[in-house]
Amino acid sequence: MKRLKLPPWLVLLLPAIIILSAVVLIPLVFSLYSSFTSYRLTRPDSIFNWVGLFNYEKAVTDVKFWAAFGRTVLLLAVALNLEMLLGLGLALMVSKVTSGQRLLRTMMMFPMMFSPILVGFQFKFIFNDNVGLVNNALQSLGITDQAIPWLVDGNLAMFSIIFAEVWTATSVFGILILAGLYAIPRDPLEAAKVDGCTSLQSFRYVTLPFLMPFIYIAMAIRSLDVARAYDIVQIMTNGGPARRTELLWTLIGRTGYVDARMGYANAMGYISIFLAIFFTVYFFKKLTQSRRELGMGA
Amino acid sequence: MANVTLRNVVKKYGVLEVVHSINLEIADSEFVVLVGPSGCGKSTTLRMVAGLEAISGGEVQIGGRVVNDLPPRERNISMVFQNYALYPHMTVRENLGFSLKVAKQAQPVIDDAVDKAAEILSLTPLLDRKPGALSGGQRQRVAMGRAIVRHPEVFLFDEPLSNLDAKLRTQMRVEIKKLHQKLKSTIIYVTHDQVEAMTLADRIVIMRDGHIEQVGTPLEVFENPLNTFVATFIGSPPMNLLDAVVKDGKLAFSDGTLIAMPPGYSQAEGQAVTFGVRADNIMPVGHALPHGEHMAEVEMEVNLTEPLGTETLLFSVLAGKEVQAKMFNPRPVQTGERMTFQIMLDKCHLFDAETGAALKR
Repeated sequence: MKRLKLPPWLVLLLPAIIILSAVVLIPLVFSLYSSFTSYRLTRPDSIFNWVGLFNYEKAVTDVKFWAAFGRTVLLLAVALNLEMLLGLGLALMVSKVTSGQRLLRTMMMFPMMFSPILVGFQFKFIFNDNVGLVNNALQSLGITDQAIPWLVDGNLAMFSIIFAEVWTATSVFGILILAGLYAIPRDPLEAAKVDGCTSLQSFRYVTLPFLMPFIYIAMAIRSLDVARAYDIVQIMTNGGPARRTELLWTLIGRTGYVDARMGYANAMGYISIFLAIFFTVYFFKKLTQSRRELGMGA
Repeated sequence: MANVTLRNVVKKYGVLEVVHSINLEIADSEFVVLVGPSGCGKSTTLRMVAGLEAISGGEVQIGGRVVNDLPPRERNISMVFQNYALYPHMTVRENLGFSLKVAKQAQPVIDDAVDKAAEILSLTPLLDRKPGALSGGQRQRVAMGRAIVRHPEVFLFDEPLSNLDAKLRTQMRVEIKKLHQKLKSTIIYVTHDQVEAMTLADRIVIMRDGHIEQVGTPLEVFENPLNTFVATFIGSPPMNLLDAVVKDGKLAFSDGTLIAMPPGYSQAEGQAVTFGVRADNIMPVGHALPHGEHMAEVEMEVNLTEPLGTETLLFSVLAGKEVQAKMFNPRPVQTGERMTFQIMLDKCHLFDAETGAALKR
């Protein structure tokens, strides 16, 4: 009887190969393949209906897709910058606190401890035009006697979503920047004082360059997060009203699972991935550059 | 340029007082070195002058102006830090010009000042490098350059050479001294290295536990230490100290050895004293330098030798205490060899056995 003799390297790598194919490779190849078919979840045999680049052409010429794309970029730009500024301010203040800093740091993390779904529900309630906290407060204070349609008006809904997003994730920036503040050597700051810097100048010329690597790390992490934003939006507005808060992944999710057009959804997904990749690569480039400036190696 | 006055300066951290009411008068263009063991308050004192530590009590004046409540930038000082404290993200040129830049000087003025400082410290070829690409000695020079660019009234040095290797340290020491001669500025320099203190200072301030123990020129503190702490801290090797009792106008050590009273002292019979003699003044017969007419002789066994080239350090024991002696024009010595040593009594000191304070001649 002749037994099949595999080379030892293959035997040793086999477990990894099997796991990686099952978890990563096969889904990836399958989804890529399906984006070239008219695959619908409701008609499994459509998976063999090869349509070539049709789905991609459709996505690229679809106004709804580009509107969602633009809105996602807008959310990224506004939310990331707001979170960075607020997180920076928060970290600077916390770093000055002399007692109870540990407690404050823990409290800073609270928003990160909640599931985004719950945060979505919470803000859906807070911004509700009838029973919501915000409108009740505004009316009780006599600032307005109208029910402001926070989640119904297109612009206000986007604002509400950004607000919720910023509330959850500012602490990511806060914590990372605070870590950066702790890591700054004391000497250059003292040298700056002796060199005649005002506190603003010290911050601008010494503190900030030291913080930049930390800011870029936070940006890279958060850009991936925001680029795939789905849950908060899905809960708060479900992409509405009239698609005014539709983001890439709410659109893709709806197309794939509600409309069951999985082939098309996958095609849009592959285009969208580039957005996340672009931002990540961009921020990592900036990170490397700012580290090199500080003489922290390549 | 300016003089610096410390009047009853106190530093407290909470209830813990680390600097106790220090008084010090530093003249214009004087080079003063604060020296003492770790934790003696020398750096804290310097940082109070710099404005990096709040002053808990007393008064610091720079150029006749009380600066207690002024931030560092209004004190017209420069400081060189132990770890160089360069800005890692700036080139040498930017580091040097930084203080002028934040003072909003015109670019040509900055360039001019930077070029001059770079020339003084031979940093010109390094101007476009970042600190990360410099060696320790070069970084130290940049730190000094950054200090001189602003033409401050007072330079403060906080152990600037302690991160350099021995050879470089000697070299930088000379450079600092040259710099002082060129700039004629007031310098306050903190170190724990008594050799640095001796070689650099116009006046040395010896500190211990937040007190000033003695202030004087290097030779003064070397030749006339006010107490046993200064006697052992200044000079290398440290001064040998032996307990003795005055007996028949002579000094008797605990093992019964008798030597003559050093000239000029007249202590009461039976008084307990501490006898101090430097290794340079206790030498084996035949290998001694001729100085002084008053001499005593003791016999000791050599336990250990440290050849230093021009002389050899001999370690022996006298009256139960280790004594270091110097052998000039050395010959090989066997451990265990008994030798007769001459003690140059003119150069010996007596201290109060209890307080350690120097006794008057």
